[in-house]
Amino acid sequence: MNSLKIIFDSDTWQEIFGSIRKNKTRTIITVIGVLWGIFIYITLSGAAKGLDNGFERDFENIAMNSMFVWAQNTSIPYAGFKTGRFPRLKIEDASLLKKRVPEIQYIAPRNAKGVFGGSPAQVVRKARYGSYNVYGDYPVFIKIATKEIYDGGRFLNQEDIDYARKVCVIGERTQKELFEDDENPIGGFIRIDGVYFKVIGVHKYNQGGGFESDSDIFIPFETYRKLYNTGNGVDWFTIAAYDEANPVEVENKIKQTLKRIHKVHPDDKRAFGSFNLGEAFGRIMGFSNGMTFLSLIVGIATILSGVIGIGNILLISVKERTKELGIRRALGATPSEVRMQIILESVFLTTMSGLLGIILGAGILAIINLLTMNSEGFPYTNPTVPIPFVVGALAIMVTLGSLIGLIPAQKAVSIKPIDALREE
Amino acid sequence: MIKIKDIHKYYKMGKSSLHVLKGINFNVEKGELVAIMGSSGSGKSTLLNILGLLDEATEGEYILNNIPIENLNETKAANYRNNLLGFVFQSFNLINYKNALENVALPLYYQGLRKKKRQQIAIEYLEKVGLKDWATHLPSELSGGQKQRVAIARAIASQPKVLLADEPTGALDTKTSYEVMKLIQDLNEEGNTILVVTHEEDIANMCKRIVRLKDGVITEDKKIKQVLAKVD
Repeated sequence: MNSLKIIFDSDTWQEIFGSIRKNKTRTIITVIGVLWGIFIYITLSGAAKGLDNGFERDFENIAMNSMFVWAQNTSIPYAGFKTGRFPRLKIEDASLLKKRVPEIQYIAPRNAKGVFGGSPAQVVRKARYGSYNVYGDYPVFIKIATKEIYDGGRFLNQEDIDYARKVCVIGERTQKELFEDDENPIGGFIRIDGVYFKVIGVHKYNQGGGFESDSDIFIPFETYRKLYNTGNGVDWFTIAAYDEANPVEVENKIKQTLKRIHKVHPDDKRAFGSFNLGEAFGRIMGFSNGMTFLSLIVGIATILSGVIGIGNILLISVKERTKELGIRRALGATPSEVRMQIILESVFLTTMSGLLGIILGAGILAIINLLTMNSEGFPYTNPTVPIPFVVGALAIMVTLGSLIGLIPAQKAVSIKPIDALREE
Repeated sequence: MIKIKDIHKYYKMGKSSLHVLKGINFNVEKGELVAIMGSSGSGKSTLLNILGLLDEATEGEYILNNIPIENLNETKAANYRNNLLGFVFQSFNLINYKNALENVALPLYYQGLRKKKRQQIAIEYLEKVGLKDWATHLPSELSGGQKQRVAIARAIASQPKVLLADEPTGALDTKTSYEVMKLIQDLNEEGNTILVVTHEEDIANMCKRIVRLKDGVITEDKKIKQVLAKVD
């Protein structure tokens, strides 16, 4: 009989099932070994993927390679200036930066009231009032940080800037606090620090990332300038680099350019502050990649130890079954038939327990997913194991199972039938 | 059926070697019932193992069913064992987790017969040894005599050219021994060639020819008048 015929012969499987069934303890111990391995592997890599997805969910509303740059106080005297000077950012800096740092895709000058110190704006509507942070923004801002606007509304546009329109986009909470529940806020008017603004949109609040909240009010940058007399001043720039650019390099280039524009010593590390989301994101992604890698290593190691366990147990069982195998060979089993039977037993046991482990692992992942479905603060979404990982694990198991089966199989046929028969 | 010429067998025991068979010559014709006798250590089991292709002679010629047995590898030996030889052992050597029927069908499995055919043949032979009703019993549920009959059914199910029995009654009491011998005699009457290794005179006398071995040589080889086994 050639080996292919053996594999597809139902009799072969009957022999294998027979011997598996008759060695229940052995079978169960073996199955648990590999099952545990693949279970750990699936659960770990699924959890790592869930974490990965969770981080991605938290960052999805902001460009991955974005950064903020703001001015602080100088710490080195330069070009006749003393230390402690505050190099105020200007609107013109935006176009200069864009020209000199070609990696910049979008740059949004921003002003804000109530964010970095200072008091928030007093907002009044009819008998209701509250204090909210107000941002002066360009429309380009939503290219960097996505803002979802509820149906019927819109974000600021270029004409709002050009005509310094008194329009605003309010937050969910602002709407709730200033408008009646059944009232459509779009087209309504609110009074921000004494000036009436028309509401043109309500933005949906997205958790995660930065200092924004569900009550923020966005007004056109030009209008903000006039309202608060900020002149050319800009509180900070929100910048998005092109995807392929290295965020750290871009950050350095931007700061160097700003130093040149504002006559700051090139080595002055204090003059401009920045926060690089791209870099932070990269670090978090690195962490989650590390987790994935770790789970891969741990999982494969556990599978390996499980498979070695199978080999061990089969080795013992071959020893136990020496006589049986001797009888089989006296009755005409060829060495290759005996070897094939042992290897198939090993492969069958590994594959079965592997599949069980995968099912069990998937079950646990589903339960974890259910439990963490609505947890906002915990970065964990949709834990899945990529199919190639599962197929790969199965392939590894079948390969290792047959390799490890070779050892007891070889041992089984290395004993001469006459010696095997003498064994008691 | 069996022709052996000048068979020698040495066992290596460390540096020295043990000369167990010292030039054995004998022939067995088809349909013979031969007893191989000798005290323990006379080499009778070694001879049977060589005849059964479970062991290899160090020197000598062996022709089984007109096939010269030489340069055997394990696969070839397994196929010859499967097709030409049937074994009956003193300790039965049934596979303990298989029932009587499955045990009898096992050599047929290695012959590559389909399951239905195997079971049909196995039932047939179980019936022949009078154990049809015990087909689904495990060896542990059978008496010694019954086990040996199952083993005999298994040995003859593949219709071997030669049946080799190594002390088939060694583990049985006199009554069951005679039952087993009766079965062996019946099989012989049907034309089967059977070799029985024994050290019991009464068992040997139930055969048609006795070959006596002592210290690795044949001391006597004679045809005898067969005593029929009496079963009450």
